[in-house]
Amino acid sequence: MAWNEPGGRKDNQDPWNSGGNNGRRGGSGGPEQGPPDLDEALQKLQDRLNSIFGGKRSGGSGGSNGGDVKGPGAGFFGIIALVVVVAWAGFGFYTVDQQERGVVLRLGKYHETVQPGLQWNPPLLDEVTKVNVTRVRTHDHGSLMLTRDENIVNVEMTVQYVISDPRAFILNVRDPETSLSHASESSLRHTVGSTNLDGILTEGREILATQVEARLQSYMDSYGTGLALSRVNIKNATAPQQVQDAFDDVIKAREDEQRVKNEAETYANGIVPEARGTAQRVIEEANAYREEVVARASGEADRFTSLLEAYQMAPGVTRERLYIDMMQEVLGKTPKVMVDVDGGNNMMYLPLDQLMKRQADTIANNPRSVRLDDTSMRELTQQVINRIGSSSNSTLREGR
Amino acid sequence: MKPTSMFTSVLAVLVLLIVSNSVYIIKETERGVKLQFGEVVESDLKPGLHFKIPFVNTVRKFDARVQTLDTRPQSFLTLEKKRLVVDSYVKWIISDVEKYYTATSGDSFRAADLLSTRIETSLRNQFGTRTLTEVVSGEREEVMDTVVESLSELSENELGLSVIDVRVKRIDLPSEVSNSVYQRMRTERERLARELRSRGQELAEGIRADADRQSTVILANAYRESEVTRGEGDAEAARIYADAFNKDSEFYSFYRSLFAYKEAFKNGSDVLLLKPDSEFFRYLQNASPTATN
Repeated sequence: MAWNEPGGRKDNQDPWNSGGNNGRRGGSGGPEQGPPDLDEALQKLQDRLNSIFGGKRSGGSGGSNGGDVKGPGAGFFGIIALVVVVAWAGFGFYTVDQQERGVVLRLGKYHETVQPGLQWNPPLLDEVTKVNVTRVRTHDHGSLMLTRDENIVNVEMTVQYVISDPRAFILNVRDPETSLSHASESSLRHTVGSTNLDGILTEGREILATQVEARLQSYMDSYGTGLALSRVNIKNATAPQQVQDAFDDVIKAREDEQRVKNEAETYANGIVPEARGTAQRVIEEANAYREEVVARASGEADRFTSLLEAYQMAPGVTRERLYIDMMQEVLGKTPKVMVDVDGGNNMMYLPLDQLMKRQADTIANNPRSVRLDDTSMRELTQQVINRIGSSSNSTLREGR
Repeated sequence: MKPTSMFTSVLAVLVLLIVSNSVYIIKETERGVKLQFGEVVESDLKPGLHFKIPFVNTVRKFDARVQTLDTRPQSFLTLEKKRLVVDSYVKWIISDVEKYYTATSGDSFRAADLLSTRIETSLRNQFGTRTLTEVVSGEREEVMDTVVESLSELSENELGLSVIDVRVKRIDLPSEVSNSVYQRMRTERERLARELRSRGQELAEGIRADADRQSTVILANAYRESEVTRGEGDAEAARIYADAFNKDSEFYSFYRSLFAYKEAFKNGSDVLLLKPDSEFFRYLQNASPTATN
């Protein structure tokens, strides 16, 4: 069909204009149209068509050469008319892609919506607008907005949509995508304005998206934009920059709460079992004590019983022996002073307090050696002797 | 060219001009009015092919789609005299082409201008009777519905427009108010953070105190049990001693006393003052077996 495009189109555009257009059409048709016979015919046509129209119109205006060319002129005109019709028809073909739909207006009026494939519509009468109906378009929106509790929150949203009704998309609304942008802002703010800040920041994001989607779709439907939302996504919902640190601090505080609790539990988990352990020890020690005292008692009782049996066989001697054994042990270990007071007057002054004090000092100075060492013992003894010696009629003996 | 062909050409152009001027198309997205010397003779031209008398009739076409009027952000006061910056948009469509043409001479800017003034007034009235919270959340829908209702009658009668929808895009606080809102939000967060931390301390203290109690009780119970056990031991021991010593209590006294003496002087830090004439020392003075004191 390409060979007749330029000529055909011009002819076709203005069917009533062909008379005035002849000169131009011949000029452009010549070099482009391949077949020589057709070319020749067209060359002739240029002259003759003029005569034909001239002849026709000359009926009213008094032309002279009309009848001369009438026979051959009609034949050429027929060819031209055919070419024009074929060209016109040829322009009516177009393809609609798989993703597209074509909206056809016939003489300005909606005629039909055509499906993918090769289509034909009469050119000039019909106007076809192709619309991609499968491509998912996105619209982003994000800003600060008021919440129900009069806080300010920063929300970012992405709306994904497709053209679901090509006819409505093209015919109903001037600039449907701007409408979507306005409506999405409005619906987002409305929904956020009906929700509390905490709800938006925490679990409410999904719910928010659902609500916005429902609201926005209803707006789109009421405007008849022919757009269908495929997804509304709340990308981001955060506190405004100016107070972000305070919000972060709350998160930290929440962690701190948990941390302090954990620490306390650590402490509790530490000391309670420890106390149980100590309790176990105390009880075991008590058990040990009981066993001990009972065992000791049994031992001592048995010892006494055995001794008693022996004693009963020879009470006097045994008693004497036990007594002397005891005295030996006691006196063997203890410093002693023997004083025979009965022999003379009993005016003897023994500074016991000083003796005891001195001894206590020695013990204090040498806390480990409880016993008196030899030197101090001698000093003590000497002191005592001196004291006794200074009093008359006293007998003094030194032990140990 | 010959003069005759020139003449035919001119004639053809003229005819063409007349024909093309008498045919016109109203598209699906348009509506139009036909005027005859400025007077409307046919209103509401539907989409399609139409004819007119050239030079006598003129046709005005208007966009018949839903159009958007994006108003400028305006400051409104709420009931409690809080200032709000409101940005709204209006969706409208031509409902009566003739009226629309008469009222606006087909100028959509003029239409928008007329409409926006009315919307502003209507919104101002609505905002003035409501509190901030009501406007922002609770009654946004009602506000819009009322505005649409009040507008649609007026605009339909006077402007030939039908208002489909009025929506507030933005309701914002003026920046100086925003700052105080931020301040409030900050203090609220601080309060919450403080509360969380203190609650943590509270719980922690409770847990610690409970643990301390448990441990004290455990220890006290253990002490009680241990004392009972010790008592049992003592009692058992006493019984054993009593059983044994009751066999000869006089000898027991003697025997036990000897023990006690030994124990009493065990550490050697005492000084004994003794009379040499005691029973123990009787052989010290006299070796005879019959020595007495």
